[in-house]
Amino acid sequence: MKYADEFRDPDLARALVGQITRLADTLAAGAARPLQVMEVCGGHTHTIFRYGLKDLLPPSIEFVHGPGCPVCVLPMGRVDDCVAIAEHPQVIMTTFGDAMRVPGSKKSLLQAKAEGADVRIVYSPLDALKLAQKHPDKEVVFFGLGFETTMPSTAMTVLQAEALGVRNFSLFCNHITIIPTVKAILDSPDLQIDGFLGPGHVSMVIGTRPYEFIAQRYRRPLVVAGFEPLDILQSLWMVLKQIEEGRCAVENQYKRIAPEGGNAPALEAIARVFELREFFEWRGLGSIDHSGVRMRQSYAGYDAERRFSVPNLKIADPKSCQCGEVLKGVIKPHQCKVFGTLCTPETPLGALMVSSEGACAAYHQYSRIAIVRREAAAVTSAG
Amino acid sequence: MSGLRNKSITMAHGGGGRAMRDLIEKLVLPAFDNPRLAPLEDQARIGLNELAELGDRLAFTTDSYVVAPLFFPGGDIGKLAICGTVNDLAMAGAVPLFLSCGLILEEGLPSDDLERVLASMGREARCSGVQVVTGDTKVVNRGAADKLFINTAGIGVVPRGVDIAATRARPGDVVIVNGSLGDHGVAILVARNELELQSSIASDCQPLHGLVQAMLAACPDIHCLRDATRGGLATVLNEFAVASKVGIRLEERALLLKPEVRGACEMLGLDVLYMANEGKLAAVVPRAQAQAVMAAMRAHPAGADSAIVGEVTAAPAGHVILNTPLGGERVVDMLVGEQLPRIC
Repeated sequence: MKYADEFRDPDLARALVGQITRLADTLAAGAARPLQVMEVCGGHTHTIFRYGLKDLLPPSIEFVHGPGCPVCVLPMGRVDDCVAIAEHPQVIMTTFGDAMRVPGSKKSLLQAKAEGADVRIVYSPLDALKLAQKHPDKEVVFFGLGFETTMPSTAMTVLQAEALGVRNFSLFCNHITIIPTVKAILDSPDLQIDGFLGPGHVSMVIGTRPYEFIAQRYRRPLVVAGFEPLDILQSLWMVLKQIEEGRCAVENQYKRIAPEGGNAPALEAIARVFELREFFEWRGLGSIDHSGVRMRQSYAGYDAERRFSVPNLKIADPKSCQCGEVLKGVIKPHQCKVFGTLCTPETPLGALMVSSEGACAAYHQYSRIAIVRREAAAVTSAG
Repeated sequence: MSGLRNKSITMAHGGGGRAMRDLIEKLVLPAFDNPRLAPLEDQARIGLNELAELGDRLAFTTDSYVVAPLFFPGGDIGKLAICGTVNDLAMAGAVPLFLSCGLILEEGLPSDDLERVLASMGREARCSGVQVVTGDTKVVNRGAADKLFINTAGIGVVPRGVDIAATRARPGDVVIVNGSLGDHGVAILVARNELELQSSIASDCQPLHGLVQAMLAACPDIHCLRDATRGGLATVLNEFAVASKVGIRLEERALLLKPEVRGACEMLGLDVLYMANEGKLAAVVPRAQAQAVMAAMRAHPAGADSAIVGEVTAAPAGHVILNTPLGGERVVDMLVGEQLPRIC
């Protein structure tokens, strides 16, 4: 398949892995621990597991799976609010498919649907707007999720609704922004990360400049990376090269998609519709200042939070969860106390077990470590 | 044009009276036309002796079909209802013989649609060499069903000496699949028109009993056989691995995907290993007979693209591992929840 196979070439992958291995082995020689590179984005996590990239790399380097799965980091209280809106009898709730299973404190959207709420999967917020035009007697709400990657399409849909005069469409806004979150991780005292793979599709919108502080203030290399296996391997090599040369810079491996200056019309649409919240709650990481956006007062008419009453309760993460430590690279998913026992993809306790882009779900689904762990658990419970 | 007086199905067509009689005589009997059905008794009668000539065990199965939309490229709910049940019988190595047909019709279903579906069932039954010998029709209020649901049960006879079971995979055996994966799942996704995708992909819906007979002729000792319908190849192989307490190792690059299927899966973030098929089987056969089975499969129209896609290993017992083309590996687990709703 064009534009995909070129980036999955086994021979090129082998050559890159050879160079990465040589570099990493040299850099980590004599060190107490392997080099740690965080891939910020859940899309990268998925590729790493989907193609088994971990198996190709030497023990001298390891991936730390970052917070960039918006479905995973959604706190239970927000899911509860979404369910409450969906359960209004006149509401049609529209959502991306992978948000259906995210557990709230009482139920997920999938369970709400089974109990009679009208919840529909869409592939674009524009489909939700079309639905609103088709059902003028209903209130159509779009469950807006994601980082800067999906923000522009939601903003454009709100602008379109305004232009068309559609009044029965609104947005339940849970968009989050990546920079403050990476900063929060960098500020944590137990941080060990040596470099970053930057989120390619966020960068398609915001460009590469917003990451400069990571290189300058925190002295960590960052390479904006694409999502195919070769993209990830090349970006990893670029990070190691910087470490070898003692440099810390923001570099762009994903130039074919992500321009340095970002996408101006997309940024303008975001700025017109959204403003920063003072703080937003993340599953696993807690409250982070300026890490979420809400709708501006001028678009209050399209804001589901203002149009419907929601419980707006803060639900604490389960105490046994160690998602925060996994996110910071302090422990691996399978080292968490409840991994594969109390916390599984069927009954996720923690954020990272929720979506296939979450590190723990990826470990559970794709990695052999999970098998060993599950078998050990079965023996223990049988004994 | 439908042979019925009414353009759409009404509650009367399930009421046991004249309208129902009309439906059976004008639509059902002509479609299935066979001497066991014609007397319209409450049951079909099948001589035991004629069954016993074919083997020593009866295979008996049932399946319900609720696919939306009713018509899709490569088939329709009627063709599916025949092939699906024929294939469930075939996976025991059985010769499929007789089917029942239970229809649940939603009030308001266009009579023409019903006629088309029944004609398709009749055609497929004749092609597959099975007879629909008994049936039932119910009509439910509008909204109580989605246009048309079909249940077919089927019986067949398993030839003496054939012993196919999910528990029989042994380390060293090879895994064979008879062609491309995910065609049905993608055809249905596209036919639903919710994604505004266009594609020429057709469902792979087809009967497999002929192929299975050819395989058994080449190797009577086939160990495991299942059609990879809902849940796809991943689910079937996990079932084998668990039931046989063995591991299964798949080679990703040996799996055949049509470019359109691959494109749709890439774009929608779906894993083809979990996509539904309606004309694909996974077979576990002893390595010594693998080439003979492959040759027999490739010589059959339903198996022209057959390939060895993996092997059975001793460990890790109960799990399926996939070798990626880049040289890594990943576990192929059972699906948690659904990829997408209701596709067969």
